[in-house]
Amino acid sequence: MKYLDEFRDSAKAGFLLKEIEGLTAALSIPDDRPLHFMEVCGGHTHSIFRYGVEGMLPRGIELVHGPGCPVCVLPIGRVDDCVAIAEQPGVIFATFGDAMRVPGSRKSLLQAKADGADVRMVYSPMDALKVARTNPDREIVFFGLGFETTMPSTALTILQAEADGVENFSVFCNHITIVPTIKAILDSPDLRLDGFIGPGHVSMVIGTAPYEFIARYYRKPMVIAGFEPLDILQSIWMLLRQIKEGRVEIENQYARVVQEAGNAPALRAVSQVYELREFCEWRGLGSIDHSGVRLRDAYARFDAERKFAVPNMKIADPEACQCGEVLRGVIKPVQCKAFGAACTPESPLGALMVSSEGACAAYYQYGRLKQREAIP
Amino acid sequence: MCLGIPGRIIKIDDAGKMLATADVSGVRRQVNIACIVDAEHPLESCVGDWVLIHVGFAMSRIDEAEAAETLRILTELGEAQQELDAMRNSAAE
Repeated sequence: MKYLDEFRDSAKAGFLLKEIEGLTAALSIPDDRPLHFMEVCGGHTHSIFRYGVEGMLPRGIELVHGPGCPVCVLPIGRVDDCVAIAEQPGVIFATFGDAMRVPGSRKSLLQAKADGADVRMVYSPMDALKVARTNPDREIVFFGLGFETTMPSTALTILQAEADGVENFSVFCNHITIVPTIKAILDSPDLRLDGFIGPGHVSMVIGTAPYEFIARYYRKPMVIAGFEPLDILQSIWMLLRQIKEGRVEIENQYARVVQEAGNAPALRAVSQVYELREFCEWRGLGSIDHSGVRLRDAYARFDAERKFAVPNMKIADPEACQCGEVLRGVIKPVQCKAFGAACTPESPLGALMVSSEGACAAYYQYGRLKQREAIP
Repeated sequence: MCLGIPGRIIKIDDAGKMLATADVSGVRRQVNIACIVDAEHPLESCVGDWVLIHVGFAMSRIDEAEAAETLRILTELGEAQQELDAMRNSAAE
């Protein structure tokens, strides 16, 4: 497929690994204090495990798996809200498949469906709008989920519903925004990060400028990265070069997709339809100021929060669950007491075990970290 | 949801609604192209373009020149390594 295979070339990966090893050796990093690079995006976490990138890296580099999986940071209370909406008579609740199995306090959307709620999996918000057109006597609620990557698609679908005069379509908006969350991580007292592998597809929408504060005020380098193994290795190489040369910059490895200014039509749709929430609740991370969006008053009739009674309860994460510490990079998934015992992909306790982009599910699926010594 | 998939725009279906058909690894799917149309790239010019599709929306044009440039850097990296290896291993004495 176009520009997938080319970025999975093993010879080029070999070149990069050699450079990475050389730079790591030149930096003489102590064994007990490796460099910690956080990949912010869950898509990167998935690729890193799928291709075994972590096992290829020299001892001096450790990857920390960040909070960039929108399904994983969905709080229990939001899942309960989804179930409450889905169980109202006449409602068809449309959602991306990823959100179906996230546990709520009573049940997941999948269990609600088994109990008779009309919950449908859709690939696109446009498909949900189609369901609304073909079911004029029902209320269709689309679960708007994701970072800036999917935020424009929900906004454009609402604009289309408005243009078409569709009355029975609304969005339960749980879109979240990554920059305040990166800042919250940078402000966390147990921070021990040396650089960031930046989110490629969020950046495709917002551009590179919103990250400048990370380099300027927090003095941490970031390389915005693509999702193929070569992209990730090249980004690690670029981070090491910054450290070696004493530079602290926001660099863009993923120039084939990410433009400096982002995507103007997408950003226009986003600012037309949404406004920032004062704060937003994240599973494992707690409440983060201005980290989510809601629909503007002008689109109130497409807002499921205003159309339906939503419980909007704050429910604490399960006590055994250490998702928050994993998300901040304080512990590895295998160090969580519940990992693989009380919490497995079949019966997840924490959301990091639910989505294939969650660090715990990736650890579980692709085997725990292989012995580094065993890898040539 | 977040990873997206590359596809190629093969025809415009509805100019008003910015809908087009994309070929994604042999599967045809209608996608919204509002985010890749601008003054520089009018609607009709999008046919034939490689795009990255997220949840049914073409969110970015894949820039072939930039992709080639990234790959060129990596190829050169390998050539430089081979050169250095050859220099080190050379039986000059």
